[in-house]
Amino acid sequence: MDITVNILLTIATAATPLLIAAIGELVVERSGVLNLGVEGMMIMGAVGGFGAGYLTGSPWIGLLAAIAMGALFSLLFAVMTLSLATNQVATGLSLTLLGLGLSGMMGTSFVGQPGERLPNLDIPGLTSLPVIGRLLFGQDPIFYISIALTAAVMWFLFKTRTGLTLRSIGDSHASAHALGIKVIRYRYLSVIFGGACAGLAGGHLSLVYTPQWVENMTAGRGWIALALVVFASWRPWRVLAGAYIFGAVWIGQLHAQAFGIPVPSQMLSSLPYLATIVVLVLISRNKRLTMMNTPASLGQPFVPDR
Amino acid sequence: MMRLELVKRPQRSALFSALSPFMAFVLTIIAGAIMFALLGVNPLTAFRIYFIEPVSQVWQLHELAIKAAPLILIAVGLSVCYKANIWNIGAEGQFIFGAIFGSAIPVLFPQFEGPLVLPLMLLLGMVGGAAYAAIPALLKTRFGTNEILTSLMLVYVAQLFLDWLVRGPWRDPQGHGFPQTIQFGDSAVLPELMPDAGRANWGFVFALIAAVLIWILMSRMLKGFEVRVLGSSPRAGRFAGFGLNRMVFFAFLLSGALAGLAGISEVSGAIGQLQPVISPGYGFTAIIVAFLGRLNPLGIVAAGLVLALTYLGGEAVQSALGISDKVARVFQGMLLFFVLGCDTLIHYRIRLIGLALTKPEAAAKLEAAPKLKEAR
Repeated sequence: MDITVNILLTIATAATPLLIAAIGELVVERSGVLNLGVEGMMIMGAVGGFGAGYLTGSPWIGLLAAIAMGALFSLLFAVMTLSLATNQVATGLSLTLLGLGLSGMMGTSFVGQPGERLPNLDIPGLTSLPVIGRLLFGQDPIFYISIALTAAVMWFLFKTRTGLTLRSIGDSHASAHALGIKVIRYRYLSVIFGGACAGLAGGHLSLVYTPQWVENMTAGRGWIALALVVFASWRPWRVLAGAYIFGAVWIGQLHAQAFGIPVPSQMLSSLPYLATIVVLVLISRNKRLTMMNTPASLGQPFVPDR
Repeated sequence: MMRLELVKRPQRSALFSALSPFMAFVLTIIAGAIMFALLGVNPLTAFRIYFIEPVSQVWQLHELAIKAAPLILIAVGLSVCYKANIWNIGAEGQFIFGAIFGSAIPVLFPQFEGPLVLPLMLLLGMVGGAAYAAIPALLKTRFGTNEILTSLMLVYVAQLFLDWLVRGPWRDPQGHGFPQTIQFGDSAVLPELMPDAGRANWGFVFALIAAVLIWILMSRMLKGFEVRVLGSSPRAGRFAGFGLNRMVFFAFLLSGALAGLAGISEVSGAIGQLQPVISPGYGFTAIIVAFLGRLNPLGIVAAGLVLALTYLGGEAVQSALGISDKVARVFQGMLLFFVLGCDTLIHYRIRLIGLALTKPEAAAKLEAAPKLKEAR
């Protein structure tokens, strides 16, 4: 029983950064913007979070710094694609490349240093309950944020007027603009929200998952988060399910390596990436589902005319 | 509080199309100076070490050519993809598979020698790169799967596969346990161009030939026209009878083959054996080269040399000033950012607007005010 609980806990820890980054990107894409810079914003969040935590000794300040770093970095993308109408694919790619470089440079002095870890929740009486105690009341704070965030985004997008407006911009920015909606302003806020989420996801990696700084420690998680949004056909609850499936794959291959299964470890390590390809193929085979849910103006630049 | 406003130009500006890379370069230099100052280094000293010292002697120019060759080879292939609006961002993986396929001959048949070895290796390298690029192309055409994500995921898979090969089945049994293959035999090594002057090898010549061939393809042949039409207006392309699916395969196979050629040239030329890591991110840096070179093969040659210099400069400041060589990646990222931003000027004029109302807006307000009162 204890082993099952432990495995479930590690799956949740592996799924949390994927979930947060993907939920943020989902909002961005729902507003019609494709930001391929998730990996870059995430790694900036990771280095910012680790750095602030390490220098101040407080993982909580690290957490805030991670969010701020992701948001600030995404602003760069927003100015380029929204104010200067640059190609979103190319700009997103360059955000990732710049983020990987910048984080490597900023983190040079952090390599090998012990980091600060966010403490797990500990409620007397509840956390010590058998089985469900640690699952429900004993996880890291970002886990709870990720669940609350998913619920909040679900509510915001589908139950509020502002959410409806945001989705309408994603489907047709020209019509939205004609109705007097501030398309660019909505998109700025969405991109920054996505950046903050990606930064938080990166902070989870360097403040909870492995509290240290390792270059390229995101290891493609930002890209997997992007794939999750497609896999989920832009629905928050499916992102939640997808993130946990991927968390399970990630943990599964680690356990398989530890058990010494007679398969090369590199092959097991490539499983999450191969699984991403497989689910993308499976989901894109269903053309109707994809067509129906893809924000129609995704990735197209918008310049308001006067 | 100021606001930017874009005003569409009646037609694209040839002036800014030519100027934009240079403006981007100047902006990168300015941003770089600020960065060096923040790091506590005199920017002028840093720039001398970064941009001038690495290319001040003949043998160093050879090193520049070695770094530029794979960048140019990959980027000219990618330029065809991006012109056609097809997003192959997995060139790094195709580079690795080209290297693996080509290396199969010297690693598995070390006794096989003679003048046939190298051409076969290069050919196999191109086949390997193209075959690996065929996967995202197939998935895109058969199932409509997004090629950005699949081609990128395959990079991680290729890196892990290479790691397994050189630690497992292809490891040199006499290599004292080091994760690497045997050293390639003499007939499997890409010859140097001018062995007395420096290390530059035939890879650079391949890059120049590829750039010229792709330039002819894109500007003088029907296929190039097809690429441009399908890229700018798929609908118009369909009316003209150009097949989008065929184009996806064409672009992926071509860019994959060139990335594969770059991979095998790098391994048989500069390295001489397979190792767990054979590329400092050439496949990704080539994306920057392609854009900085305006997706034009001849521009890409120039851009390839500039980006090669950022690698050399990064190594130079690391050894001279103790700054992380990641500074190279930062310079590369900034260059791409600035060139994309400056490209906006090709299609738009930029107006700065203060928060003060423009005349028509103010007039409209004045007119509306009394009406509002009446309505109440």
